[in-house]
Amino acid sequence: MDIVKLSAVEIKEKILKKELSATEVVKAHLNRIEEIDKDINAFISINKEGALEAAEKVDEKIKNGEELGALGGIPIALKDNIVTKDTKTTCGSKMLENYRSPYDATVVEKIKAQDGIIIGKTNMDEFAMGSSNKTSFFGPTRNPVNTNLVPGGSSGGSAAAVKAEEVALALGTDTGGSTRQPAAYCDIVGIKPSYGLVSRYGVVSLANTLDTVGVFGRDVSDAALMLSAIVGYDEKDSTSYENPTHLVVEKDLEPTEYIKGMKIGIPREIYLDQIDKRLIGVMDKVIKVFQSLGAKVEEITLPHLEYGLSTYHVISAAEISSNMARFDGLRYGYRAKEYSTLDELYINSRNEAFGDEVKRRILMGTYYLSMGLGREYYEKALKMRTLIIDDFNKAFKDYDIILTPTSPILPFQLGKLKDEPLTKDLTSIFTAPVNLAGLCAMSIPCGYVDGLPVGLQIIGDRFKEMNIIKAGLAFEGGMKNGI
Amino acid sequence: MAYKTIIGLEIHVELATNTKMFCACPNTFGGEANTHCCPVCLGLPGSLPVINKTAIEYAIKAGIAFNCKINTKTKMDRKNYYYADLVKGYQISQDDIPLCEGGYIEIELEDGAKKINLQRIHIEEDTGKLTHTMDGDTLIDYNRSGVPLIEIVTRPDMNTPEEARLFLEKLRSTLKYIEVSDCKMEEGSLRCDININVVDTETGAKTNITEIKNLNSFKGAVKAMEFEEKRHIQLLKEGKNTVRETRRWDEVKNETVTMREKGEAEDYRYAVDGDLAPIEIPDTWIEEIRNKLPELPHHKKERFMRQYNLSEYDAGVLTASKDLASFYEETLKYIDDTKLVSNWIMGDVLRRLKDEEVEIEDTKLSPKALGQLLSLIKSGKINNNTGKKVLREVFETGKDPEVIVKEKGLIQITDESQILEVVEKVLSENQQSVIDYKNGKDRALGFLVGQVMKATKGKANPQLVNKMILDLINKM
Repeated sequence: MDIVKLSAVEIKEKILKKELSATEVVKAHLNRIEEIDKDINAFISINKEGALEAAEKVDEKIKNGEELGALGGIPIALKDNIVTKDTKTTCGSKMLENYRSPYDATVVEKIKAQDGIIIGKTNMDEFAMGSSNKTSFFGPTRNPVNTNLVPGGSSGGSAAAVKAEEVALALGTDTGGSTRQPAAYCDIVGIKPSYGLVSRYGVVSLANTLDTVGVFGRDVSDAALMLSAIVGYDEKDSTSYENPTHLVVEKDLEPTEYIKGMKIGIPREIYLDQIDKRLIGVMDKVIKVFQSLGAKVEEITLPHLEYGLSTYHVISAAEISSNMARFDGLRYGYRAKEYSTLDELYINSRNEAFGDEVKRRILMGTYYLSMGLGREYYEKALKMRTLIIDDFNKAFKDYDIILTPTSPILPFQLGKLKDEPLTKDLTSIFTAPVNLAGLCAMSIPCGYVDGLPVGLQIIGDRFKEMNIIKAGLAFEGGMKNGI
Repeated sequence: MAYKTIIGLEIHVELATNTKMFCACPNTFGGEANTHCCPVCLGLPGSLPVINKTAIEYAIKAGIAFNCKINTKTKMDRKNYYYADLVKGYQISQDDIPLCEGGYIEIELEDGAKKINLQRIHIEEDTGKLTHTMDGDTLIDYNRSGVPLIEIVTRPDMNTPEEARLFLEKLRSTLKYIEVSDCKMEEGSLRCDININVVDTETGAKTNITEIKNLNSFKGAVKAMEFEEKRHIQLLKEGKNTVRETRRWDEVKNETVTMREKGEAEDYRYAVDGDLAPIEIPDTWIEEIRNKLPELPHHKKERFMRQYNLSEYDAGVLTASKDLASFYEETLKYIDDTKLVSNWIMGDVLRRLKDEEVEIEDTKLSPKALGQLLSLIKSGKINNNTGKKVLREVFETGKDPEVIVKEKGLIQITDESQILEVVEKVLSENQQSVIDYKNGKDRALGFLVGQVMKATKGKANPQLVNKMILDLINKM
């Protein structure tokens, strides 16, 4: 039995049945990391001792016949912008190269409380700004599907770790597509929950009104298991909600059962000029799969979708510029060696510790919030956000889910798209509007073209996670059955 | 030439909540540096603020007390700037929709009441505190970081430093009345910035507004305004103008000095704080707060006039501070004489407080003690002068008046037989005065009474002595 190939659901079952010990599971994954991560660079830090200790506790519980938590013995990786007491939290930046949080994020507490085993912290674009994992201070992550390709980003390390079988499950974050796009590029499942479903406490803010914690698994059931373990209202996050979704998946139904009665919308706006034309064929095939499963598929319109990216760009940059201000070199993090005034301390520390992409967004965001022309962009973006929300609200009156490609661009080679920040942004064109509207969405593998994996995005209304999970299970089954 | 001074105030008041604005850290003054801190008030990565409902309630209380409109839909915004006392690179404050808008505070001037209008009251968090050491280091204490504040901004409605002082007194007394802040300027729980300029009413020429910061007392504020007023007028006389700047009051030099010039208006890049949900305040909650609001100074004053039959002036003085008003009412539980108590508080008690520059609650005098003392006087057991001496002793030692009177044998002699001998002796030794009195010199009687009092060490009842002397002289 190749332990690392097991799904999270299978690992849990085998531990419960005492066919495997948690220690065996953890050791197998640590070995796998040892063996492969030099080629992938998915991890920034690995908590070997902590993981083995946690595994022992799980085995102890099994031995004593105690009840095991929902994540019992499953190896999990965390994106390095989720704070943990046990390891440093770097956000992929020189600024926090050696930063150690004095507290655990709420999602970390939940994982620990449910006997999940945190293996380590994963590589990411610096402060989650990027879509290729190339902006990390700790070097780029490579795509396990093909190490010449980028894994996507900014949660590229988490996606790669799951794909490379270094862990079974992982958490990322998703502010404009940072979970779904790397899931698509690494050929795995990624879910971005509705805004507020999962506590953000202890997740280093990128853009507060857009940030969500995302989950990765190699199949829908695994991703759903991960998600169900971290949802719920948190008194430490006033934007969180008590789980109104009740993520209970009925197991082993026929694919058609999961999707019975669902109406699916395909926005005609996805067929834009910039889209990789190979994706049109893939979408046609996807539509056929859903139709053959018995779903009703219709073309819909989201008239403001094309403004989603620029709206996202302005709002996220504005929030980023404010969120990044606390990294000033005074209380923690990097401090420049040379300075003679307080202002110089700020300027030199930030200048030396932040990478280009971070600086670019801080500058843009500062401009958007400043009096004058910049401010006009910001005010307009806030209005456009409302129109985009209205578009989705209208669509979800008649349809249960909406389908788009996850990314309009297929995974690109490391080293390409180097100095084209706007093209890189383009990868978020179908994902960012989902964040603007606070909806939930999943990226699910839907085949390969020219050896490159393609992700399908399934969008659901806010707190209708069950719709996307059911549609995902149906589609996964349909693909497996070779429809 | 005639000049008109224009004064507007910005007052920061720390709210006396148990915990800070956005976390569960204790909101107490002082403490070892950086011990009342957590990831939230230190702004550590990943931490999120959660608003303290009591802080909003206290701010609404202030808004109601100052006649403001309460905005039922509001939000928290970020005010972005860099400074070492600010942990997140922004302060959570309120921009375009303050919790309370408009409103006014009435002050009493000699020619009647004047309304000082408020622009707004908004809620925000306090910053840490910097200490500059002799060695040139700057130490930062974040215990104060995240303490809830209200900022009260007035319209430029005050025209003299005295008006501003009256406004500040009324503001402080009201805030203490409604128990939202202890308003201790020396501990920084009430901080005041002044905006001031002067207009030449004949030519229309006016000076640029200067802002004065770093005021540690109302006295200092008045002095600073008086200084600035003179400086502005002098410049106008010379045909000059002031610089748009922030000045600081230097207590030692007794003058304002330049802190920094004001360049372009600072751009704080305000934006809504997405970490905090929009605030919706149900009308029912506002009503609940309104109903629970303690009696406000002007209501109390009217009630005192009605209930205790006091003059407007007396009622005004007694209700100027909540503690003094409570002291008065509490004393009445021990002695049923509203006028007597009011006279004593407004006379000897307040004089003592003023001399010592203390508040009634800081002294050893209790309502019970004052009640006891006044009962002793009213029943004739001691006389007025002895009463004043005993009061002084109570202030010093806090002992019961009855104990003092007993210990020092101050009980008034009201038994005629005990004084008769003394009176006869005084009359026989001062025959000339007796003759003088008989010849119509009324003053001579006072002298004779005084001699008896002296001989009895002040213990005799003066009215009784008076009567006895008259009786004896008439019999002569």
